[in-house]
Amino acid sequence: MLRITGGKIYDPANGIDGHVRDICINDRGKIVDSVDGGRTINASGMIIFPGGVDVHTHVAGGAMNFARAMTPEDHRRTQAFIRTQSRRSGLGGMAPTTFATGYLYAGMGFTTVNEAAVPVLSARHTHEELADIPIVDKATLTLMANNEIMLDQMEAGEYERAKNVVAWYIWAAKSYGVKAVNPGGVAAWKWGSDAKQMTDSIDGYNSLTPGKIVTMLATICDDLGLPHPMHLHCNNLGAPGNISTTLDTLKHLEGHRAHIAHSQYHAYGGDDWDTMCSATAQLAEYFNTHPNITTDAGAVLFGDTVTITADGPWQHLLYKLTGRKWGNLDVENETGCGIVPYTYRPSNLVNAVQWASGLELMLLIKNPWQVFLSTDHPNGGCFWRYPEIIQLLMCADFRNECIAKLPDKIKGRITLPEIDREYTLYEVATSMSAGPARALGLTQKGNLGVGCDADIVIYEEEDDVARMFSHPRYVIKAGEVVIEDGEIRETPEGREFLVKPSYAPETDEFMRPRFEDCYTMSFENYPVEIERIENPNMQECINANED
Amino acid sequence: MTINLHLKQAPSVPLEAEVLSPNVMAELSNSEIRALVVYHGKRQVPLEEFFDVDGERSYELIIHGELNKVRLIGRAMSRGTVTVHGSVGMHLGALMTGGRIEVHGDASDWIGAEMKNGFIHVHGNAGGQIGAAYRGALAGMKNGTIIVDGSAGLEVGMRMRRGTIILGGPAKDFTGLQMKGGTIILQSGAEIRTGAWMNRGTIISMKPLQMMPTFAYASDFNPTFTNVYAKQLKPHGIDLPFAGSDGTYQRFAGDLSVPGKGEILVWQPA
Repeated sequence: MLRITGGKIYDPANGIDGHVRDICINDRGKIVDSVDGGRTINASGMIIFPGGVDVHTHVAGGAMNFARAMTPEDHRRTQAFIRTQSRRSGLGGMAPTTFATGYLYAGMGFTTVNEAAVPVLSARHTHEELADIPIVDKATLTLMANNEIMLDQMEAGEYERAKNVVAWYIWAAKSYGVKAVNPGGVAAWKWGSDAKQMTDSIDGYNSLTPGKIVTMLATICDDLGLPHPMHLHCNNLGAPGNISTTLDTLKHLEGHRAHIAHSQYHAYGGDDWDTMCSATAQLAEYFNTHPNITTDAGAVLFGDTVTITADGPWQHLLYKLTGRKWGNLDVENETGCGIVPYTYRPSNLVNAVQWASGLELMLLIKNPWQVFLSTDHPNGGCFWRYPEIIQLLMCADFRNECIAKLPDKIKGRITLPEIDREYTLYEVATSMSAGPARALGLTQKGNLGVGCDADIVIYEEEDDVARMFSHPRYVIKAGEVVIEDGEIRETPEGREFLVKPSYAPETDEFMRPRFEDCYTMSFENYPVEIERIENPNMQECINANED
Repeated sequence: MTINLHLKQAPSVPLEAEVLSPNVMAELSNSEIRALVVYHGKRQVPLEEFFDVDGERSYELIIHGELNKVRLIGRAMSRGTVTVHGSVGMHLGALMTGGRIEVHGDASDWIGAEMKNGFIHVHGNAGGQIGAAYRGALAGMKNGTIIVDGSAGLEVGMRMRRGTIILGGPAKDFTGLQMKGGTIILQSGAEIRTGAWMNRGTIISMKPLQMMPTFAYASDFNPTFTNVYAKQLKPHGIDLPFAGSDGTYQRFAGDLSVPGKGEILVWQPA
């Protein structure tokens, strides 16, 4: 039992904007009206937020492990976690190890993370790693948009079958929803090409186009009633002028719910690398008029990182641009994967445009319930650098200082210098916690109302915003004080959120022969058993179409 | 005033002792030095468990003993001197940015790895990966000088970007692997695949080398920079020939498989 008194509460889910109020937590880690006895934390002069929720991150699984293996040089120079009585050893850096990931997230006040790209083939491995990420609660999304068994059904116009296949895969991977990466493009990549526009043909298929996949998959996610809508990484990522692709993609989503991942990478104008500029104003305008779509920024921070994505063709292009290391994985007939270590430099015009674009999106999209804090960890920057982004959002003066350091040629390519909006604490709390929790359909998260999970972060109010957000005074996870005065006190295990969308019982027998044709693994060994998930937490599907 | 350290007993497993550096000890009292933490395998132990310490507050370290298993001596040091009487373990002077290290004995692998500046002189033999980039890193040593009087192991100067490595004895395979700049001088030649994947930089050999097929013979000449080098190296007791009356250098360009703009100069006495 725990009582927190005297703190200023920022709880956007309940419209509470800086009111002083007590919070009571019962023994089951839920927020309640009142408690008798137990510890009291005096939070006078402090700021209370719901625990952070990362809607889009990459923290576990085959690709992450590949990235770790590819960047040994980073392990030597990065923060080391030495084993103690309560803490396991590990390394921070660009691709932190499992235990360190939990410590770093919790240390920054985040208590829920969504691993946004899991091929079913490596789902078992991913869940094993997630079990080793302490403190935070987790959800995973299954990569679907290039799954050839599903694409075959879409090509044949068998919508019901495709829907059953998607539902079957979600349960086989024990995941929480659907991720679509470069729909059709990764399938085409296996033929050495890509599919950049919504109307492009896809190698290996006759009538299928990325546009058809996007619409059908979004419909499937809605019909299955997944708590989190389709989580889409659009086609033509990172390319100059890709704003037209992104807007075209959004048109294919009219009437559906959807979450557009790391939209910074999809908001460029210009014709080539020399003329590339930010086109965030157009994209933000779309979001401002379409509340059915949410997004996360995928902001870029200058410095070293490693890029990881299922978007194999883009990673090949990035490798050609950098001439550095490149890793490529072919995940049988499900998806692809590419790894390229990368350094974002302020002196590089393209990187400078990317840096500005991420911030522009967060500032130009008016409703903080629609755009969330993310760097697409580790692609745009490491998650433990989020406080730097918060500082850039909250302090226009600091932002202008940073803009002044960019090359002169940046003038006219970005709109950031003209924006004077500053995030309030209430908006930060929406963007880093309440908003992403709602978009994920996790009603018990990002919310300090009675009955919700007691995931709470308490900051000592100070002027240095970056410092304040990187050093919470207390972090409470499910009612337990896990961080106190900058030290990790407890390392409880987190839960994993799962859904079981319903599918026709004959789907098993439908999958078996196709599976035995295509996969290197036997059918029986493929689905992850529920017993493999250490702390499963089943979430209900919603019946969106029956409303 | 110096700080004298005597190894009491050889560690049974590697001892990671990056505290054996002038930067760490310069401001410390004798008792503080003895209490410095070293890693014996995974165990943290005080320095005095392995070393007798005389002296305090000095930028001059003198270390005695067979330190084959003592790693990371002089890591990231920026000034002062370390003198070792005996042999040393891996990563000696890695990441150093200045100062001098002298070893009267043999050294192991990775000496001066990714160093930025400074001077290392090993009077005995050394291991492999001298001045190299650590696995995965883009660049090895960026400046400074490493002199080894004896032989060296594999991958000497791997991915080095600048600086000078001089070997008195022979080197093993892959000398100058993926080199990006700087100079390696081989007074007794090297084994095979010298200069493989080199992008830029110069390898000078006093002995004939087995050239890779991806190196092309360019010319015989006496580059003027060699007499500048000779003058710089003379105080270290190294004779680099440069006069046309003594012979010429055969120049090979490569590695053409990368394709690179490096060069290997092979001395041909008159």
